[in-house]
Amino acid sequence: MPDAPLLAAQDLRLDVNVLDYVILALYFLVVLGIGFAARRAVRSSLDFFLSGRALPAWITGLAFMSANLGATEVLGMAANGAQYGAMTLHYYWIGAVPAMVFLGVVMMPFYYRSEVHSVPEFMRRRFNGATQLLNAGTFALAQILISGINLYALALIMEALLGWPLWLSIVVSAAIVLAYITLGGLSSAIYNEVMQFFVIVAGLVPVVIIGLTRVGGFSGLGQKVRESVLGEGGLHTWAHTAGSGNPLNANWIGLVLGLGFVLSFGYWTTNFAEVQRALSARNTHAARLTPIVAAYPKLVIPIVTVIPGLIALVLFGDLGKDGGPTYNEAIPLLMNEFLPNGVLGVAVTGLLASFMAGMAANISGFNTVFTQDIWRAHVNGDHPDEWYVRLGRIATLAGVAAGIGAAFIAAGFGNLMNYLQSLFAFFNAPLFATFIIGLFWRRMTPWAGFWGLLTGTVCAFGSYMLYKAGVLDFGTELNASFWGAGVAFVVDAIVSVVVTLVTAPKPDGELRGLVYGLSDASVADDALAGDRAWYRSPVALGAGAVVLAAAFYLPFL
Amino acid sequence: MAAPRQLFDIRRVIGGLFLVYGLILTATGLLDGSAALRKAEGIRINLWTGIGMLVIGGAFLLWERLRPSETPSDDSPVADEGDAAHPAP
Repeated sequence: MPDAPLLAAQDLRLDVNVLDYVILALYFLVVLGIGFAARRAVRSSLDFFLSGRALPAWITGLAFMSANLGATEVLGMAANGAQYGAMTLHYYWIGAVPAMVFLGVVMMPFYYRSEVHSVPEFMRRRFNGATQLLNAGTFALAQILISGINLYALALIMEALLGWPLWLSIVVSAAIVLAYITLGGLSSAIYNEVMQFFVIVAGLVPVVIIGLTRVGGFSGLGQKVRESVLGEGGLHTWAHTAGSGNPLNANWIGLVLGLGFVLSFGYWTTNFAEVQRALSARNTHAARLTPIVAAYPKLVIPIVTVIPGLIALVLFGDLGKDGGPTYNEAIPLLMNEFLPNGVLGVAVTGLLASFMAGMAANISGFNTVFTQDIWRAHVNGDHPDEWYVRLGRIATLAGVAAGIGAAFIAAGFGNLMNYLQSLFAFFNAPLFATFIIGLFWRRMTPWAGFWGLLTGTVCAFGSYMLYKAGVLDFGTELNASFWGAGVAFVVDAIVSVVVTLVTAPKPDGELRGLVYGLSDASVADDALAGDRAWYRSPVALGAGAVVLAAAFYLPFL
Repeated sequence: MAAPRQLFDIRRVIGGLFLVYGLILTATGLLDGSAALRKAEGIRINLWTGIGMLVIGGAFLLWERLRPSETPSDDSPVADEGDAAHPAP
């Protein structure tokens, strides 16, 4: 790299002053205010867990989007942008938007109208209690592990702000998140998520503007990426995917089927932390629009994640190298490099808020599933409503404590996104197989649901272990997650079919409203006036998002 | 629960926060010295970000003023032309 200045930053310290802390303090005052107000308004367990099913689509849509814009997005996708270049765009345009649209158009009516409070409960109604318990258990574990990622990312920022050691930053961050969640449950969590979405975008946009100015605009950035370690491949998404001569070492079959189909549909359509946002909507129509409204901002999020990643790649010559900063630090490094006090405070606030909202989403998902799907459904269901609200608060405490442990696991990964994608392959890919087969194949039996899910999860985990042990060679960790997801899906599907052939199906009467083609006539039409306008049609808006996603690929083929 | 929800309409919260942030950043941007300018490649980034946040904050407050959210009664969906008419861009 001829003119890339080597800006080494082993111990990254953000140069914040009192102005930045005022901005940060103002944000958390507002958050506390919402927490107190929401706490006064929370009455029943339905209120606490699902915000009383009263929110309009634009709030639930932004909350849906924001629940995903945690550490995953901001640090992880920038890290991937720096490590793999433009191929990271696949995570948005093929790896998110089609699945979000599918969730809204096809699957949401089943979730919303069955009045389940969670994905595991849906599994119980469609299959049986054992499937619910298995799904709830793996989901709870996944949420804890992912909350560890968010907590670790939060602690990284605290470390860069205050210079505290990592373990102290992790424990203090956990305490702050705990206060934040216990103050108001999901209701305030949703409001905070929407708020942090706007703040983080306001903080990241200046980074992109100054960064692009520094590297000479888009053309200058392209030029410098060509001269970087990624070379020409860093600017393309589909080029050379017939073989493996691309930065991701992935071929197009792995991308389309592994990422675009199994991983992405698995994540977006069965991840309860996401689906829960849509279940808070006020009617079926608003629930269906929730993921579709979210798909539009999702289309352009790479501007504030992948592009900063590329800028960091060309500016910091030692990024991701031995002795240099890790890829995870791409965004904090850029903030430190470019942002003067003031807007730096906004960016820091946005990052802190985003990780907190991300972790709050994980913990509230864990909390609901543990309380309702594990305890109430399988341990003891005879207590009054308030008892479960209290148990939920204890679960929150335990979840945060477990998240501290998980944060130390996350600290062992140089690229958090790789870790996260491996988790998705274990937990979401088999779930999606079971879900989609159960939805469209009425004959699929309860035990087929259980055994398919179990073997799928075990096989995804097995393929990852074989990759780690060097027995299977997938080239990159991300490519390994694509194939792990594929293996989980196929094994789950085969086992489901075989077990279905030898066990007894559920009678049609119990499947009403839960499978395709057997609608539940007893559910009233809850449409509001104006829901039928064409510009509010889930199908039309969804198709628009998919067409835009395809069009966005054109400059990066 | 009508009162807190009305008081804490998310648009009012975001709008208010952005107006305050916008004022702080605009003032900072006007006073920024040469060090801050050099760091930001010569762009008055605090000023521009501040103006942008003022505009967005104002837009949220205006939206909330023009289409106040209905107070949902507990379980009967109210038919009105309310918020869902504005799927966010």
